[in-house]
Amino acid sequence: MQLTVWTYEGPPHVGAMRVATGMEGLHYVLHAPQGDTYADLLFTMIERRDRRPPVTYTTFSARDLGGDTAELFKTAAQNAYDRFQPQAMLVGASCTGSLIQDDPGGLARALALPIPVVAVDLPAYQRKENWGAAETFYQLVRALAGPSAPAPGTPRPERATGVRARCNLLGPTALGFRHRDDIVEITSLLAKLGIDVNVTAPMGATPADIARLGEADFNVVLYPEIAGQAAAWLQRTFGQPFTRIVPIGVSATREFVEEVAKLAGVDASATLASASTRLPWYSRSVDSTYLTGKRVFIFGDATHAVAAARIASDELGFKVVGLGTYSREFAREIRDAAKRHDVEPLITDDYLEVEAKVAELQPELVLGTQMERHIAKRLGIPCAVISAPVHVQDFPARYAPQMGFEGANVIFDTWVHPLMMGLEEHLLAMFKDDFEFVDGAVPSHLGAGHSAAVPQAVPADPVAAAAMASEISVVWASDAEKELRKIPFFVRGKARRNTERFANENGVSTITIETLYDAKAHYAR
Amino acid sequence: MNVHVQGCTVAAEAAPKPVRRENGQREVFCGLTGIVWLHRKIQDAFFLVVGSRTCAHLIQSAAGVMIFAEPRFATAIMEEKDLAGLTDANDELDRIVAQLIARRPEIRLLFLVGSCPSEVIKLDLSRAALRLSQKFSPAVRILNYSGSGIETTFTQGEDACLASLVPAAPQARTGEAQLLIVGALADVVEDQFIRMFDALGLGRVQFLPPRKASVLPDIGPNTRFLLAQPFLTDTARALEDRGATRLAAPFPLGVEGTTAWLRAAADAFGVAPALFESVTHPHRIRAERALVRYRDQLGGRRIFLFPDSQLEIPLARFLSRELSMQLVEVGTPYLHREHLAEELRLLPDDVVLSEGQDVDLQLDRCRLARPDLVVCGLGLANPLEAEGITTKWSIELVFTPIQGYEQAADLAELFARPLVRRAKLVA
Ligand code: SF4
Ligand code: SF4
Repeated sequence: MQLTVWTYEGPPHVGAMRVATGMEGLHYVLHAPQGDTYADLLFTMIERRDRRPPVTYTTFSARDLGGDTAELFKTAAQNAYDRFQPQAMLVGASCTGSLIQDDPGGLARALALPIPVVAVDLPAYQRKENWGAAETFYQLVRALAGPSAPAPGTPRPERATGVRARCNLLGPTALGFRHRDDIVEITSLLAKLGIDVNVTAPMGATPADIARLGEADFNVVLYPEIAGQAAAWLQRTFGQPFTRIVPIGVSATREFVEEVAKLAGVDASATLASASTRLPWYSRSVDSTYLTGKRVFIFGDATHAVAAARIASDELGFKVVGLGTYSREFAREIRDAAKRHDVEPLITDDYLEVEAKVAELQPELVLGTQMERHIAKRLGIPCAVISAPVHVQDFPARYAPQMGFEGANVIFDTWVHPLMMGLEEHLLAMFKDDFEFVDGAVPSHLGAGHSAAVPQAVPADPVAAAAMASEISVVWASDAEKELRKIPFFVRGKARRNTERFANENGVSTITIETLYDAKAHYAR
Repeated sequence: MNVHVQGCTVAAEAAPKPVRRENGQREVFCGLTGIVWLHRKIQDAFFLVVGSRTCAHLIQSAAGVMIFAEPRFATAIMEEKDLAGLTDANDELDRIVAQLIARRPEIRLLFLVGSCPSEVIKLDLSRAALRLSQKFSPAVRILNYSGSGIETTFTQGEDACLASLVPAAPQARTGEAQLLIVGALADVVEDQFIRMFDALGLGRVQFLPPRKASVLPDIGPNTRFLLAQPFLTDTARALEDRGATRLAAPFPLGVEGTTAWLRAAADAFGVAPALFESVTHPHRIRAERALVRYRDQLGGRRIFLFPDSQLEIPLARFLSRELSMQLVEVGTPYLHREHLAEELRLLPDDVVLSEGQDVDLQLDRCRLARPDLVVCGLGLANPLEAEGITTKWSIELVFTPIQGYEQAADLAELFARPLVRRAKLVA
């Protein structure tokens, strides 16, 4: 058993849901108890999806366990087919579903549905979300693209001259960090190079699209955590090479352009020459001098963390003081990168361990997941999010890729924004004793409430307090004052003002609990 | 607009209302969710879920990762080797509990909370609780209950938790009748009720759950209890087993519900009607005044409630009788006819009630009916909004102070706001 407070990754079937929900025309039938339906809200609330995830849960109960849960599964699968008419069906079990050993794959096959049924068996007590997504995607690719595979050993036919190169973009899923925008950015980058995208998968692909993955000349692996396994199989089966460089950051994007150009047999020089990104110049401009050597702590999935470390150090001139990941499957990548940056790698999925490390290192900037955002907030350290898991505010309304040249611009803005501006920082250092420059002072463009460490201004001097309260002459009875404190802090100020206004207007000189609620009812909204 | 006639038209012995029963896919949380509010309510208790990564992820997702402080809950995530044999699983559990108690020495009460996986592999948490209690008593008391999705739906987790506290509560020594309020309420609401009972001269009033686990209410044959929440089946039974008597009443939602709820206590304790009137009257008038504008906004609007917290029936009663809303369908995960008898009597005769769920069929009915407002869980809200149907997500009804006179208008506001918002937005 492992004692866990907060988790970076959900169970593996949530990874399968990310694949299924990203796709079109696929339905997932999951043998699971009712509470597991919570996973829908990840997609409908956090990602603001306008449709329910294409998932049917059997929601078996204790009562069913004595009876026929297998029959329950078959009914659910048949009903799901009849109602949703998917092109293909994914079947599996959640952690509890797997314990009752009903064999969803066998049961679904027994229904003899006229569509491909792909069973994914996810070891819920060993593996986690990203692994589940990778395994699901791999199984889908095998099952759907497999039938059109050439005989083993068949060499890939040469592309006819005059035909544009085609690749697949592999890895984006529902609930991924900026996957939505990365697809757009990389597709347009490839178009500039004269390369067409055959299929983007899983996001946006139908089962029929997966079946024609083999038609592309090569694969672009955007997120190795999810697409690595499938890409390796496609290479073995269809002889499709795949990319190793993830285009996050200016240098990596340039290298990526060269890599795909080579795979596609096209010339990259024009694209590289015309590539426009402001990051290099913004970094060189004198205003950015103050960024030099800022101590930064980085934690996330391996791909984003490694990329962030490189950008931080080589493109922004920060100093990487900590680097880690929660994905043990990619520990090697993090260890290698940590060696390059001369730091101890932190490989853990224990949130408390990460928090302790941040507290110990006291960095000036934290780049992490939503968990690190909370850690940083508690410790009063500026923070930017670079990796899943993320929350609703990390699905911005605007276009905000991480990849490609525009992604580099986004990264510059996002990482620099939480920091003090150069001159501001100097002034703070010069006039430490200014009474308004308290410990928790935040950058002036961010305002109060951005950092948890902002102490509340409490006027100690009664004269000043009276002056602040302007012409209000009412007093608060102590029990009313106590009652007021039970109101959540973020509306307490408003409640206080309203009550005092109400008391003044009604000639009440002492505010009692009754006045408080009279006022509340008066201003009810 | 349809003006609802309140009061005497309700026949006291109305025939039992028909209920549609459904047994398909349910789109509801499991009982573990209750930990999200219970761990804040009982300030010296800790909740240790013995479950899977799914359970940990559920609580975290329902809580929206609110890290104000290190929370007083955690999950002991079972791994492959824990499934190999129960001895190993028990040893592992002991190790985790020792680790936890060392980390959080201020904890007085530890709940071992069962989940689907722990139940399916038949890990006996009641025996584990006994074993561990012996080891850690008297510093820490260890109890257990099930919040599993195969046994409990959403708020039933609170029921299971409170029921587990009842046998641990001390025996009442006084011969006098004592009032006990049962069901977690926001502290501010609890304080209002305390003042109200005080003014009614009811003497000492106790609450379950208490704010401190170290001061459990005392219970005995002289205990009269009022349920503050409609989902406390097992807790009520456990209290009755200890000789306590339940005071039948509607639930304290809205002015009418609050008055009837308070009156049940007042009557049981022989409070003079004149005193009851003088104590409650000003609150009633004030709350009714605050409700007026909401009746203008909500009156005649058609509402559809998906099953979620079991609060649906008292809510429907409030919405139909005090705000003149029309009930299209009132779903509830589970209908306790006895505890809800007073509520059911107050619902319109032609109300459509459903118990259990088949979410796809229910969505079909909802789309067909095109209600003005749908109360549903987080998984359904945005998809329905995208179809042009206004929604109110139900979990907010559990996380907001809504009981009592002073909150009646706040409760109405929760329903009015989505409609006001939709009317405001033009883009
Ligand atoms: S339904 Fe069961 S397995 Fe799922 S989160 Fe709830 S207790 Fe855990
Ligand atoms: S009980 Fe209610 S409805 Fe009946 S007379 Fe009294 S106020 Fe009117």
